[in-house]
Amino acid sequence: MPQEISLTIDNTQVNVPEGTTILQAALNAGIDIPHLCYDPAWGLPPTSSCRLCLVELEAAGSLVPSCSHPAAAGMVVRTDTEKLRQTRRMVIELLLSDHPHDCLTCDKAGKCDLQKYAYQLGVKQPSFPVDPIPIEPVQDGPAIVYDRSKCILCGRCVQICQNLQISEAIDYLGRGFDTRISLPPGQSREQSVCTECGNCIDVCPTGAMSYAAAEGAGREWELETVPTICPYCGCGCTILMNIRKNRVVQITSHPDLGINKGLLCVKGRFGIDFISHAERLTAPLIRRDGKLVPATWDQALDLVAQRLLTIKNQFGPDAIAGLASAKCTNEENYIFQKFIRAVIGTNNVDHCARLCHASTVVGLARAFGSGAMTNSIEDFEVTDCIFVIGSNTTECHPIIGSAIKRAAVQRNAPLIVADPRAIELTEFSTIHMQQKGGTDVALINAMMNVILAEDLADKQFIAERTEDFDQLCKAVEPYTPEFAEKITSVPAADIIRAARIYAQAPAASIVYSMGITQHTTGTDNVLSLANLAMLTGNLGKPGAGVNPLRGQNNVQGACDLAALPNVYPGYQKVDNPDLQAKFEKAWAAKLSPKPGLTVVEIINAAAQGKLKAIYIMGENPMLSDPDVNHVEKALKNLDFLVVQDIFLSETAQLADVVLPATAFAEKDGTFTNTERRVQMLRAGLEPPGQSRLDWDILCDLARRMGYPVSYDHVSQIQDEIASLTPIYGGITYDRLTHQSLQWPCPDADHPGTPYLHKGRFTRGLGKFHPVEFIPAKELPDQDYPFLLSTGRILEHFHTGTMSRRSEVLDELVSVGAIEINPADADRLAIADGQNVRVASRRGQIEIAARLTDRVAPATVFLAFHYREAPANRLTIAALDPIAKIPEFKVCAVSIQPA
Amino acid sequence: MDQTNTLPVSPAAEPSHDQIQALLDELKPCPDGNLIGLLQQLQDHFGYLPAPALVQISRRTRIPLSRIYGVVSFYAQFYTSPRGRHTIRCCRGTACYVRGGRMVINAIRKNLGIDDGQTTEDMMFTFETVACLGACALSPVVMVDSTYIGKATPRRIDSVLKSIKAEGSISQERQ
Repeated sequence: MPQEISLTIDNTQVNVPEGTTILQAALNAGIDIPHLCYDPAWGLPPTSSCRLCLVELEAAGSLVPSCSHPAAAGMVVRTDTEKLRQTRRMVIELLLSDHPHDCLTCDKAGKCDLQKYAYQLGVKQPSFPVDPIPIEPVQDGPAIVYDRSKCILCGRCVQICQNLQISEAIDYLGRGFDTRISLPPGQSREQSVCTECGNCIDVCPTGAMSYAAAEGAGREWELETVPTICPYCGCGCTILMNIRKNRVVQITSHPDLGINKGLLCVKGRFGIDFISHAERLTAPLIRRDGKLVPATWDQALDLVAQRLLTIKNQFGPDAIAGLASAKCTNEENYIFQKFIRAVIGTNNVDHCARLCHASTVVGLARAFGSGAMTNSIEDFEVTDCIFVIGSNTTECHPIIGSAIKRAAVQRNAPLIVADPRAIELTEFSTIHMQQKGGTDVALINAMMNVILAEDLADKQFIAERTEDFDQLCKAVEPYTPEFAEKITSVPAADIIRAARIYAQAPAASIVYSMGITQHTTGTDNVLSLANLAMLTGNLGKPGAGVNPLRGQNNVQGACDLAALPNVYPGYQKVDNPDLQAKFEKAWAAKLSPKPGLTVVEIINAAAQGKLKAIYIMGENPMLSDPDVNHVEKALKNLDFLVVQDIFLSETAQLADVVLPATAFAEKDGTFTNTERRVQMLRAGLEPPGQSRLDWDILCDLARRMGYPVSYDHVSQIQDEIASLTPIYGGITYDRLTHQSLQWPCPDADHPGTPYLHKGRFTRGLGKFHPVEFIPAKELPDQDYPFLLSTGRILEHFHTGTMSRRSEVLDELVSVGAIEINPADADRLAIADGQNVRVASRRGQIEIAARLTDRVAPATVFLAFHYREAPANRLTIAALDPIAKIPEFKVCAVSIQPA
Repeated sequence: MDQTNTLPVSPAAEPSHDQIQALLDELKPCPDGNLIGLLQQLQDHFGYLPAPALVQISRRTRIPLSRIYGVVSFYAQFYTSPRGRHTIRCCRGTACYVRGGRMVINAIRKNLGIDDGQTTEDMMFTFETVACLGACALSPVVMVDSTYIGKATPRRIDSVLKSIKAEGSISQERQ
């Protein structure tokens, strides 16, 4: 602990720890000192370039920049003297001498620090002739505009780009009056490493950096600011919706808000305009004579109620299934599964978590007793080593990606990346192990083989906290690094080095995602990582853990609230009679003790005619599920399909009834992010047309089907959840209005749990599972010689229903492309950008080729966002036998020039 | 002008990927190295800083390309486009001015047909004026590559340029 010192600022005695700057000490005491180039909220080092924060030191009689000058014991500081006011006025006058005086029409007016200080210091008539720098604003790309004439060269944007976001895209260029902020000259934004996160806009104190579409759309005093949670990935960033006339003008962020601490990615900042898209559904639709036509809510809901009741009576409740949504709130998913379980009477409810982290939920539950990210996002700031396997973090979880880059660049924490592709993180990695797709078990077993052979295991942890260690030792014994090299093609020396680095770090964190889970051996992969972490004692402490990154904003919450076929909310098993009785009492309905069908099983049952009706809330299996030709046949084979969505998705186009729902910006409720953090979202917009809240639609429908249920507000649903779900027991609406909470949070006084398994695993002892390497289901052969892996890119999200309706994101990447290694392309005479025909045993698509050595020879990569070239026409519906997750990451395809 | 032979045959052509890699293999840039020194060596070799070489330096040193350009654009000594084989620098400082520097500048402009900061079409000469060459006792001063020419007059300059042109064409024929 640094020593406490005492100083005097403007006649006030202030006590601060030694090392505190004068500015910070003054701010602590509630004394504001003008400052432009430095914003303490971001935690960046001061540059002392603007000279506005000068203060007077009484003893020395000198002026020093308070942002960087350390406070000292006994110091007497004055922050507001005539001398200082004069000096500061001069600083502002000099800045205004080459700054356009167009505050009347500047979008930043009211929020501009330069304007604020000119006002505060009373700079009315500039002492210098005003001669604005004659450089036109530059807009390269769809979003970010840089106006040199308004730039005061404070360098905040450069600092955030280089030190927090770690894109390192912009810097000062030139010298003297020619100095400007720039990408490397000659590079367009697209060619550069800029990810268009737009964090430079938020941090700019003047109007120099701005968002093109916000120009003229409203200024500070006209905008209502509503904080809510981003609807894209599982990071769960807090965004600020700046709203005018029921339209989001701009998304901003703030360093004091949320897990993202002010950072956002291109999707969160610029990808939100889909909510006001003209194609939003505004009225219920009913299929008449083969066409979907508008109807009233009464007509639509009566029809749904009547058809579902008829099918239930004729074929039994198990002939009906529901797909919930990782895009909807916790409360809506809770009501959805309650509707399916209590009103329909079946456990046939699942959602897209089946397609992403089903193997995590099953695998980690078996090993530890709880199937969620063990540690927190904050832990990346303290971890000693990060092992990223099967996660393209900077594109799929950009805010966590930046945290990992910061650990590697600023703290020199070793970064081990195992990925069949060369991803952005590999540029920052200590070791990149480029394993063949689907050989993860062999790789991880070999790392454990090394750790055991070199006596690097944490014996005490193994002895005290785990069981079945002997079985693990036996299982990994044959996996020498040399043996694994033959399977994985990763050099044995790299495996040995990676194992040593991981095992010797005091606290090492494993980060993984779809590259681990979306295999027929997904559960095995997860169990292997759990083994690795337990072997080295990397659980139950900060900076360690097994950290699956969840893909959707609320996929964690949808799982927690039991949009799963085998559990009630909080992972309480449906086949446990005590729990069944508890929920039968709470919901006043007879419940089925039989676990229901999973996503792919639901589709299969529909294809076989065993299932007659499906109710889909906010999902798009026509693009997201494997082998979509089969999905289409299955959905068309149904007697009745209801889709509740905000757009007429590919799936909704097949429905008998389409119900218009509300988007995230139009509702209150909670999302649970990847680190188990329950956060509140707040309605900022009126829903368009007749669209209604998802839970409200479901309750109305339930009543029409004879089940009395009604709530006045989501807070009542949240409180019902808390009463029935032990891990959410202390998470009440009241508490969430002023904080976020990480489950488990069993009671109202519990502060939440930043990391799991401290001192004791949820299941008691951690269990080692011996895992053998099994090859992927379908490997390349003569007819289909390429290994296809599917995934996401930074600019788009899942089936593109949202991101492809965003102007900026669509302009950034408007068409898909398949990544092919240049050597393969050369052999097949395929040029960059040329269209190719990609075929598998299940279907074929046509798409442009992108030649890149990001992919290894004989492998190709394709994102699944594109309806015109659906990757899932190619993928195989082979399932992991335990978790029932499909193998999206490996299938065999052929490639021909089109 | 013996250094002529170390320059590429056609300075306008961008050095090849292999040429850049070969030079960087020799210079061994590293993350903790001296960036400015490295850039100077690179420029000594190629006559300017070719963009692909800066990208390679960024990859090898892990210094962001944006920051490298920040340094390159800050110093007047660095050039990012190809230069003439010979650089003629003429002083426009006070001492040179009062002793007829302006006439010398005009003579060079006329002789080469280019303005301050430009390069002749045949890539033979780049002409620039500078604030001071630090040799006021010899004013007016002109520098041709690394050679000072003191007490310069329009006639003297014309004859120097003429002899360089003659030699340049001879050395080209030899190659």
